[in-house]
This record gives sequence, C-alpha cells and structure tokens, in this order.
Amino acid sequence: MTAPALEIANLQRSFGALTVANNISFALPRGGRYALIGPNGAGKTTLVNLITGRLRASAGKVLLDGDEITALSQAARTRRGIARTFQVNQLFRGLTVLENVYLAIGERTNTCNRLWRSAGKETAVIGEALDHLEALALVDDANKQVRELPYGRQRLVEIAIALAQRPKLLLLDEPAAGVPSSESHLILDVISKLDPNITVLIIEHDMDLVFRFASRIIVLVAGEVLTEGSPQEISADERVRSVYLGERREDRQENRHG
Amino acid sequence: MDASRPLAPAAGRDESGAARTRALSFLARRDRYHVAEALPWIAALAAFFIFPNQMILGGQTLIMILFALSLDLILGYAGIVTLGHAAYFGLGAYAAALLITDLHWSEPISGLACAAVVAAIGGFFSGLILLRYRGLALLVLTLSTTIMLQQLGNLFRDFTGGYDGIPGINISPLFGRFDYDLYGHTYYLYCLGVLFIAFYVVRRIVYSPFGQALVGIRENVARMHALGSPVHWRLVIAYTISAAFAGIAGALFAQTNTLVTLGVFDFDQSAAVLMMLILGGAGWLYGGFVGATLYMVLQNELAKMSPEFWQFGIGAILIAVVLANRHRVFGKLVRRVRALGFGAKP
Repeated sequence: MTAPALEIANLQRSFGALTVANNISFALPRGGRYALIGPNGAGKTTLVNLITGRLRASAGKVLLDGDEITALSQAARTRRGIARTFQVNQLFRGLTVLENVYLAIGERTNTCNRLWRSAGKETAVIGEALDHLEALALVDDANKQVRELPYGRQRLVEIAIALAQRPKLLLLDEPAAGVPSSESHLILDVISKLDPNITVLIIEHDMDLVFRFASRIIVLVAGEVLTEGSPQEISADERVRSVYLGERREDRQENRHG
Repeated sequence: MDASRPLAPAAGRDESGAARTRALSFLARRDRYHVAEALPWIAALAAFFIFPNQMILGGQTLIMILFALSLDLILGYAGIVTLGHAAYFGLGAYAAALLITDLHWSEPISGLACAAVVAAIGGFFSGLILLRYRGLALLVLTLSTTIMLQQLGNLFRDFTGGYDGIPGINISPLFGRFDYDLYGHTYYLYCLGVLFIAFYVVRRIVYSPFGQALVGIRENVARMHALGSPVHWRLVIAYTISAAFAGIAGALFAQTNTLVTLGVFDFDQSAAVLMMLILGGAGWLYGGFVGATLYMVLQNELAKMSPEFWQFGIGAILIAVVLANRHRVFGKLVRRVRALGFGAKP
C-alpha cells in the first residue's frame, strides 16, 4: 500500500499559553478531495501554515508521500510539491498577471537563477504561464497589473500561481472569500476541474461549495479535530451542527469576508 | 530570441492565440532598447563639448550616477532600504588607493577590478547577516556597519592614514596611453566609459528572470517564500553585485581625486546617494542619471550662491519631490517619459 499524500501525526503548536493546534492527526490519500471546516479561530489557517512550513510545529510530524518534512523550510517543502493559496491575496500587485505566474514557474524551474538572459526570452516559461492563464480564462488580462483587476479575478490569479507550481498537494485557503456571489461560480468551476492527481485540501466557509467539491470533510474546533467523515455524515452529525453549522447560520452575514 | 517561434496555439483558438501573442510580445519587448535611452548618453557626451571647463564636476557627477545606479539595483528593484551604502563605496576607494600606494600597482582598469572584488566580498559577507533583517532593523544595522567600518579604518591609522587619508594616488595613463589633464577631460571620458559598461550590466540583470525575482521579493516577500524562492540568497547575490558597482564608483573617486580619506564612509555619503536616487526616482534605472545630475549641479550652483547654507536648497527640493511624488504629480510626467520608451518598471 502506498503512503498517503499527506499525513499529519499529533501536530501541536502553541503561541505562549494559547494552543492553536492540539494533537492534530489525519491523512489525505493521493488525489483526495478534502475540506477543512470549523468556526472562526478554530486554527484552520494555522494548520495550513504548519503544513506549508510557514509556521514550525511545536511537536508532531508532517509527512509528504511518506517522507517526513517537519524539519524542512517552507521553500524546501514547496519544492517537494506543496502549494497553497492565501485567504487574503498575496500577489505581486504591481506586476502583470503574466509576470505573477512567470515567477511561480521561474522559481520552480530555477530559471530565476539566470541573471544574464532576458526574462522575455524564456519562451518555455512564458508559454507554460500562458497555458495556465488560458485554463483559467485569464489570458486577456495577461498584461494588466494585478492591482487593476477586480477582486474575483485576483482570486483566480492566486489559484493560477498555485497551479503553476505544479503541486502534488494543493491547499486552498478560502479561495472564494471576498468574491461576490456573481463571480464565485468561476472559482468553483476551476477547482472542480483540478487535475485528479493533485491532492486537495480546501478551507471554505461556503457550505454549498464544500458539499459540492469535497468527498471527505475534516471538522476542526479550537485547534482539535472534532470529527472526519463524508459530507452526509458531517451534515448529520449533531456535534458538528451545534458547534459549527448552527453558529455559521448566525454569523454568516457578518463574516462573509472572513 | 527566436521571436519567430510560435507559441501561439493551434488553429481554432485564434482569439486566444492573439491574446497569447500580445502577452508574449509584451514581455519580450519590455527590455528592447529604445531610441530615447540614448538621450542621457548623448547629453553626457554633449556636456563634454559644451562645458569643457566643468569636467571635474562632470566626472564626479558620473561617479555619483554609478553609485546611485548600484543603489537602485537593491533599493529600487529588490526593495532593500539601506543607509549604509557608503561602506562599499569606501571599500572600493580604499582598495584602489592602497593598491597604488602600498602595492605600487597603478594601472587603473585592474584597480577598478580589484576594488570591485574587495567591495563584493564585503557586500557578500555583510549581506549574509544584514539581509536577514528588513525595515527599521536593516536601516540601523546598515548604518552602524558603515560607522564601524569607518572606525576600523581610524583604528588602523598606519595602514589607512586615518582622517588625514591616503594622498598621492596617481594612476598610470589609461590603456597605457592617455594621460590625465588638469581639466579632468580624460577622467570624464574614463568615468563615462565605466558607467556605460556598468549600466549595460545592471540593465541586463534587471530584465533577467533573476531581476524579475528581485522585483517579486520587493512586491511580496511572503508569496516568494511560498513559491519556494531562495529569497535570502537572491538578496545576498543582488547585494553583492550592488556592492561591487558601489566599489567601482569608490575606486573611480579615489583615482580621480588622488586623495582618499575616511570621509568616504561618512553617513553623508550614504544619505546623499539615497537622496539622489529618490530625487530621480528609484526602480527605473535612470533615476541615478536624473537625480545625481540634479543634485551635483544644484549643489554646485547653490554653494556658489550661499557657501554655508546650500544644503537648505537641496533639502527643500527633496521635500518638494517627495511630496509631489506622494500626490502623484509626476505620474503623468513619468508615463509620458515611459511612453517615449525609457525602461518601463519591470
């Protein structure tokens, strides 16, 4: 039997007295479509940061394809095939859309080590960047500065950058956050068409999106895994209803842009 | 490049193909040389013939342009804000000076190379530590590194001459043929040639994939980390290259002034080059040209008017520039200039 794409074992992280990740364990099989849900402050983004290495774990292990990566830097983990999108856009706002994706590919292929050749002559990198933009219908915006784009399109650039990293494991941190509902179907279209070989973990507050996309759901509450199951099991789970779904109904309005 | 090689997709996707071609040519053309880019060089050559009596000032201006260019690479492109760039200017100046006075090697071009290597080594090792920090911490660290270097020079007075400096730096004729006149004509052309080559090199770097990554670090370092970029190494390499060019500027300064003192490490030097770059605009390669020329000419003219208070004028103009920048007064102007084809900000 092959090792899971991602395995987390007893992961722990505290900020002083505050434990934001407590004894978290789960495994994602290769090509899995998992959602991570939980109320605000449950530690979902923290968990993404622990997986990507943006934060170091206080204890526990992270394994990618069976290899332990707990001690590796964020850059090293990225090079092993972990990519993420950010809850709040982290884009190169003053650069064009094409240049944004160019950098993702340039860093992946080490093209960015070259300091004598013109960036415009790296046709392989540009061609691949354009392929990614084409897949997300962003080609027409290729020469526009990211800051000129409407927010919904910027969210697509976030995804384009992550896909250009050719990840094995993709962590989507609220990809539809802040996107007007008229445009959120664009995001859903894109993530429902992701390469089945990519293992995906999505954090999302939009339950419609979660139920449509994910085959398994992990519920995180106060830094701990409350339960894991299929969408049917989760929606039928009384505990989940009480801590999560009920609460969400109340603060859905105010936290839409969470 | 082989622009003819089609990246456009197969038939049936013509519209998208057109968009692809547009996007591709935008990136490919970004670093094309434009006629307007010849202007500063034509102006520099014209100055040689129009103001033959001002060539000492002219040479010093070219040196400061080179110094500002070196700063632009790290500040304008990589977003490294430093108040200690004089350290590498000073290292270069002393390397060039000591090579002549202590080692009796007076050939100027190899002197520049030696200065570049010394400054680059300094830049590399200081950069390894300094560039772990950003913002205010980096400002203070770069500032204090330069002060410490200056005091180190003061400590080893026998070697460096302390604040009295190293006199009698006389370089042998350029290419073994062209001797130096009292009016600074040879020096001017020498500096102009060096600046031209440096400019070409920095321009190549800025428009390379590496240069693109530097801009990425400036724009969003968190994303660069997430992309797996070796951010620290990229910065160290850029800093080392920048230090090398600052060192060459310092060496030219030593060679043309025949005297170097520890004053080259003064905070004033670091501040002045920063002001020049901001005056001319950081991150578009020509900021040094505009800013250093403006600064040096103003300094010269204002000092004639008021030998004591000339810095007041510089300060006032700098404030005006920064405020105007903030309120986007130059936005339109810059776009017009860009439309003429001066290097677009990558």
